Amino acid sequence: MDLSAINPVLLIASLMVAATPILLAAIGELVVEKAGVLNLGVEGMMIIGAIAGFATAVESGSPTLGFVVAAAAGAALSLLFVFLTQVVLANQVASGLALTLFGLGLSALLGQSYVGVRPPEMAQIQLPVLSDLPFVGPILFSHDPVLYFGIALTAAVGAMLKFTRGGLILRAVGENHDAAHALGYKVVRIRILAILFGGACAGLGGAYISLIRVPQWTEGMTAGIGWIALALVVFASWKPWRALLGAYLFGGVTVMQLNLQAAGVAIPVEYLAMSPYLITILVLVILSADKSRAPAALGRIFHASR
Amino acid sequence: MKLKSLLATAAMTLGLATTGYAEDKTKVGFVYVGPVGDGGWTYEHDQGRKAVVAEFGDKVETVYVENVAEGPDSERVMTQMALDGADLIFTTSFGYMDPTINVAKKFPNVKFEHATGYKRADNVSTYSARFYEGRAVQGTIAGHMTKTNTIGYIGSFPIPEVIRGINSAYIHAKKVNPDVEFKIVWAFTWFDPAKEADAAKVLIEQGADVILQHTDSTAPQAAAQAAGNVVTFGQASDMAEYGPFPRVSSIIDDWAPYYIARTQAVIDGTWSSVDTWDGIGAGMVGIGEISDAVPADVKAEALALKEALASGEYHAFTGPLNKQDGSAWLADGETADDGTLAGMTFYVEGLDGDIPQ
Repeated sequence: MDLSAINPVLLIASLMVAATPILLAAIGELVVEKAGVLNLGVEGMMIIGAIAGFATAVESGSPTLGFVVAAAAGAALSLLFVFLTQVVLANQVASGLALTLFGLGLSALLGQSYVGVRPPEMAQIQLPVLSDLPFVGPILFSHDPVLYFGIALTAAVGAMLKFTRGGLILRAVGENHDAAHALGYKVVRIRILAILFGGACAGLGGAYISLIRVPQWTEGMTAGIGWIALALVVFASWKPWRALLGAYLFGGVTVMQLNLQAAGVAIPVEYLAMSPYLITILVLVILSADKSRAPAALGRIFHASR
Repeated sequence: MKLKSLLATAAMTLGLATTGYAEDKTKVGFVYVGPVGDGGWTYEHDQGRKAVVAEFGDKVETVYVENVAEGPDSERVMTQMALDGADLIFTTSFGYMDPTINVAKKFPNVKFEHATGYKRADNVSTYSARFYEGRAVQGTIAGHMTKTNTIGYIGSFPIPEVIRGINSAYIHAKKVNPDVEFKIVWAFTWFDPAKEADAAKVLIEQGADVILQHTDSTAPQAAAQAAGNVVTFGQASDMAEYGPFPRVSSIIDDWAPYYIARTQAVIDGTWSSVDTWDGIGAGMVGIGEISDAVPADVKAEALALKEALASGEYHAFTGPLNKQDGSAWLADGETADDGTLAGMTFYVEGLDGDIPQ
C-alpha cells in the first residue's frame, strides 16, 4: 500500500470532471421537480444528448456546437414528455420511464456509425498566471468551459429559485398548482418551460460524458448516471447547493476508489466499487434530516377544469 | 392435437419472424459481449465472421447478436439462435461458459464453440488464443519504455486469462527493467469506456507512464493521448488510429482461420468437440506494427522474442519463477504446463496487491 502515490490536487481536479455530468442533469431535474413535475426520463435525455452532441462534434469539428445541439436534442426529447404529461395528461412516472427506454433505444440506433470514432477535443481554459499556481491552479483554473458552466448554472438556479419572482412562481406552481392557477399563472406553460430546461441540462450532461469525460461514443454509455442524478435531487432535498455537494461527493468517491485500488489498498474491490453509492446516500440522508420536503404537487396532474 | 397445432404455429411464426432460412445453408451464429464497433475484442470476432462469409459465400448464413450481457440473458439469446436453426454457434466471452453448456444440453444437434472457457461437452468445443505470448512482447517493450518505472494495468475480471496476461507482462518487463512496478486496477467490465477512461486517468495520475489494458475499448488510449507522455498498446485489435504514439504496438486476435476451419468441419460433417489453444506460432495471436516511437534496439529485442515464442524455442513462463508468496513454482528452465496456466489464479513474485476473489 502506498497512499503517497495519490496526488490530492489531481484527485480533486478529476473528481470535478467526474461530477459534472451528474450535476448538470441533477440541476435540470431539480427545476423540473420544483415545478411539480416528476420526469424519470433523465437517463434517456442524457444519452440522446450524448449521441447528438457527439455526432455533431464529429461532423462539424466543433465541440462547442456539439454541446449546443446536445442541449437542443435533450429539450426536443423532453417535448415528447411534455406532450404526454401536459397535453394528454398521461401518468408522469410511466411517461418518464418510457422516455428513458425510448432514449436508450433511439441513441443506440443513431450511434451505430459512431462507435469507435474519435471526437474533436475541447480546449481547456488556460489562464496565464492563475492556471500555473500551485495547488489551486489545477483545481480551480484549468478545466473545460462546461465544468464552469455547471457551477455557474447551479448558482444561477439557486439564486433564481430563492430571490426572484420567477423562482417564486415556479415554486408556487410546484407546491399548489390550483392556487397558482387561481392567481392567474399559466401552470402548464410554466411547467413546459421547466421540463424543456431540464431536458436541455440533461442533454448537456450527456454530451459532457461523450465529448469530455470519456471521450467516445458507445451504446448505453451514460450507465445509470441519469438515475443517480434523479436520486440526488431527492436526497439533496431539492436544494441546488446540496445537489452540487452530492455530485462532488459521488464523483469524489468514484475517483477515490480507483485511486485506492491503484495504490494497492487491501480493501476488497467490490466494497470499493459500491462505496460511491453508499457514501453519497448516507451523507445526503443525514443532511436531509431537516424539515425540507418534496414540492407538494410533485407528480400530480393538473387540469384547469378540476 | 390442439397443443401440437399451437406449437406448430408458434414455430412457424418464429421462423417467419426471423428470416425463414434456407434448408441447405449452414447457419452460423455469433454471440458478442460488446458492440461490433468496439475497435477491440468484439470487432475482431466480427472480422472472423466476415471472413467466414467471404470464404463460403452463399453456402453459409451468419447471424450475430451484439452487446449480450454475460449470464442468464445470454442463455436466452443462444436458445433463440438455436431455435432459429443455427448449426454452429460461437459464444465469444468467458462469462458465456455456463450458459453455453446449459443451452448445448437442450440442443444436442447444434454445435457450440465457446471462447476462452474450459468446460466442454460432446457438442461444445472451446477455443482460445495464447494472449500471454503477446503480453510477453508487450512487457518487454513496456519495461524499456517506462521512465517512471511504473506500469499501469487495467484488468477486466480476475479470471485466469487476465491473470496470465498480468503475470506474463510483469515477468518480461522485470527482465529488462528490474526496478519496474505494476499498478493494477480492476474495472470489472469488458467494455465500459467511461470506467476504462477513469481507470486509465487514475493510473496516469499515480505516475504510470505505460498503460496496459485487458478491456476492449479504446478509451484508455484516448486518456493516454490526452496526458501526452503515456505509452499504450492496442488490445485485441490493432487500434492503429492511436499510433504511432501513444499506441506503440498491439496484440491482435485473428480468429478468421479458426472460424473458417470450424465452419468447414460442420459443412463436411466432421466436427468434433476439441480444445484449441493457439498462439503466435499458429497465427491466432498477432503483434501489431511496433511504431517508430520505440527505439530500434528495443524493437529488435521485442521481435526476437516474438520469433522465439512463435517457433516454440522459448516459453513465456520459463523458470526460475516463484509465486507471489515466495513459494517455488517453476525450477530453472522448467516451463509451465497448460493445466496450470489454464487455471492460473495467483500472481508471480514481485507483484503487489491481492487478486479480488
